[in-house]
Amino acid sequence: MAKHTLSVLVEDKPGVLARVAGLFSRRGFNIDSLAVGPTEVNGVSRMTIVVDAAAQSLEQVTKQLNKLVHILKIVELDAELAVERELALIKVSAEAGQRGEIIEITDVFRAKVVDVDADALSVEVTGTPDKLEAMIRLLSPYGIRELVRSGMIAVSRGSKSITEGRTLRLERSA
Amino acid sequence: MKITGAQAIIKALEHAGVEVVFGHPGGAILPAYDPIIDSPIRHVLARHEQGAGHMAEGYAQATGRVGVAMATSGPGGTNLVTAIADAHMDSVPLVAITGQVATAAVGGDAFQEADLTGITMPITKHNEMVTSPERIPGAVAEAFHIAATGRPGPVLLDLPKDVLNSTAEFVYPERVHLPGYKPTVRGHGKMVRQAAQEILSARRPVIYAGGGVIKAGAHDELRQLAELLDLPVVTTLMARGAFPDSHPLCLGMPGMHGHWTAITAMQSSDLLIALGSRFDDRVTGELATFAPEARVVHVDIDPAEIGKNRLVDVPIVGDCRVVAGQILEALREALHGEASKPDLAPWWEQLRAWQGAHPLRFEQPADGPLKPQTVMRALAERFAHMDGIVVTGVGQHQMWASQHIRYERPRTWINSGGLGTMGFCVPAAIGAKVGRPEATVVAVDGDGSFQMTLQELATARIEQIPVVFCVINNGALGMVRQWQELFYQQRYSQIDLSYDCPDLRKLAEAYGCIGLRCERPEDVEGTLDKAFGVGEVPVLVDFRVDQTEKVFPMVPAGGSNDHVIESAAEWYEQAAAGAKGGAGEPGGAGLPEHMREGKNAV
Repeated sequence: MAKHTLSVLVEDKPGVLARVAGLFSRRGFNIDSLAVGPTEVNGVSRMTIVVDAAAQSLEQVTKQLNKLVHILKIVELDAELAVERELALIKVSAEAGQRGEIIEITDVFRAKVVDVDADALSVEVTGTPDKLEAMIRLLSPYGIRELVRSGMIAVSRGSKSITEGRTLRLERSA
Repeated sequence: MKITGAQAIIKALEHAGVEVVFGHPGGAILPAYDPIIDSPIRHVLARHEQGAGHMAEGYAQATGRVGVAMATSGPGGTNLVTAIADAHMDSVPLVAITGQVATAAVGGDAFQEADLTGITMPITKHNEMVTSPERIPGAVAEAFHIAATGRPGPVLLDLPKDVLNSTAEFVYPERVHLPGYKPTVRGHGKMVRQAAQEILSARRPVIYAGGGVIKAGAHDELRQLAELLDLPVVTTLMARGAFPDSHPLCLGMPGMHGHWTAITAMQSSDLLIALGSRFDDRVTGELATFAPEARVVHVDIDPAEIGKNRLVDVPIVGDCRVVAGQILEALREALHGEASKPDLAPWWEQLRAWQGAHPLRFEQPADGPLKPQTVMRALAERFAHMDGIVVTGVGQHQMWASQHIRYERPRTWINSGGLGTMGFCVPAAIGAKVGRPEATVVAVDGDGSFQMTLQELATARIEQIPVVFCVINNGALGMVRQWQELFYQQRYSQIDLSYDCPDLRKLAEAYGCIGLRCERPEDVEGTLDKAFGVGEVPVLVDFRVDQTEKVFPMVPAGGSNDHVIESAAEWYEQAAAGAKGGAGEPGGAGLPEHMREGKNAV
């Protein structure tokens, strides 16, 4: 088993998220994370799905996904050849004496303090999932009160675009 | 001019070329049942929505056209679910149209509300809740396109009542625009040439023809391919009739209850040419020991089937008919050049020897009891001389009908293969007869399967759809009984149906059909003479057969195809010697631990 990142272009139609999620669960796959949002093409959304699977079963699930009418294109992104990012918001306990230390950690990770209260700080951090894990590890001794992660999104390196090509004859907005 | 959504749905069905709808009205779909009065489309009123669904399936499988089933919201739609799942498993082109509560009420647990697009998501090729009347013609055009093309399957359109009642201009699209749906029809040239090379160099090839051959209308190409090089052909349960049973190259049906030679030919093969088949567990038995020496050429229009169960040497995504044609062309080209026809004489010698040593066996004692196979052989005799279609339910009778009746043409055998839906027979036979009124439709059902949808006898009678229903009545759930006898130490559990309740002859008469009964072997011919002589009204024959008769050959589920059991005596012998028993499910997980390997001696 290994982690794979799938970029899935879908028509922005009602129920498409349920179709994708349902397919993964009924074929016995666990989704590590799923992030979805609009793209530069009108009516097309992009899902970034991180899934833990053996290569052969990944091929099977990809083929099954491709059969969904509202799925336009699926590309597996190689971590080496893609930029992968995730965003986390972390609400961490911070007594007055600890604030400095926490802000130091925040600086190291090039994260931002986005909210301050008498006994807590909220931090915004962006990076690879590994970087987020590292920061969470360092903050946990202070007491993490809330943790929200966006799920990973990714884009391939270089000039090529996955929304180009004959598979996608849709109007471009950008 | 603006028309209502209800008028639009009927008009759109007319545009899609629909000639008949099988359905059942109710609250939310009521608006659509008004314009249908004035439409040239025939509506067949089923007595249960599941019946309507199977009728549409039978119609589709008999004609090759898209079947249409219509039902109301909530329970109407949920009653269609079994038929939709059945169509999904067997790749039957079906458009299901359901009513839905008004858009404003959706999600509020309104009366007769069920989330039908949600419920049918995993069992449809596609579905859609149509949210405006403008969208209806486009949604219908897309539904028919998706249902009929590529790997066929069911599509459901859910129509909220307010959408049916509001108005819009009717514009039926000339072409559909589905950017995410483009089935590959033509096979990859390089792969096709590679397939031809594999075929030319094989010494023990077998064409493993599946339901896709019938769906693609590839039977002529299949025949030419087989005849070009004298390739043996097996036809799966879904492909009976794709290649003539009487053809010398035909080895019959493979799989759990297949012909010994068909199963063993695949096991011993060095090349399987899979055309529109999917290496289903009922065909392969234990995957690890299935056809161990075979290389595999796999042609299928669904890329997801290729490599799903069995690793493939030459994958070809495409329409069976087109790809078989391409392979033929490549073979002819090769033969025109350097290549010569492979010498398959030793292989055929082996196959003929097997066929001689392993025919289908059963014994009919002259003084009874009546054996079900006797009925099948008598039906086969008649079937050989008529334009007929056999439709079955699910169980022992289905296997006997597949084994003993010879199918010469595609679309003459209709059954529920993938889902194994008991209750399929009666409505599917009605649907088949509606689609092919000139054909004699013989419904071969079991008494268990029959009782799941027998209410459709009323539909057959009142709509004047004269099907000959042959109920193979053994007073029990025969297949379950067989498994309990063989794999559960004859501990029979919940299998008694009784021969007499209901009295099938009286039941038939109560429905206005002709009811006949046959209990002795010597009466079979006379009874069939009467049954086939009626013509105008549906006939039901209660064939009372021996309850203890079992279906053989048999590969116990999950067992290896190397061990085909040909008779009960053989099974008991092996069981006494501690042979590996049936396991029920792929992977051998169907039996409790204490009953597995070596522990089911009787």
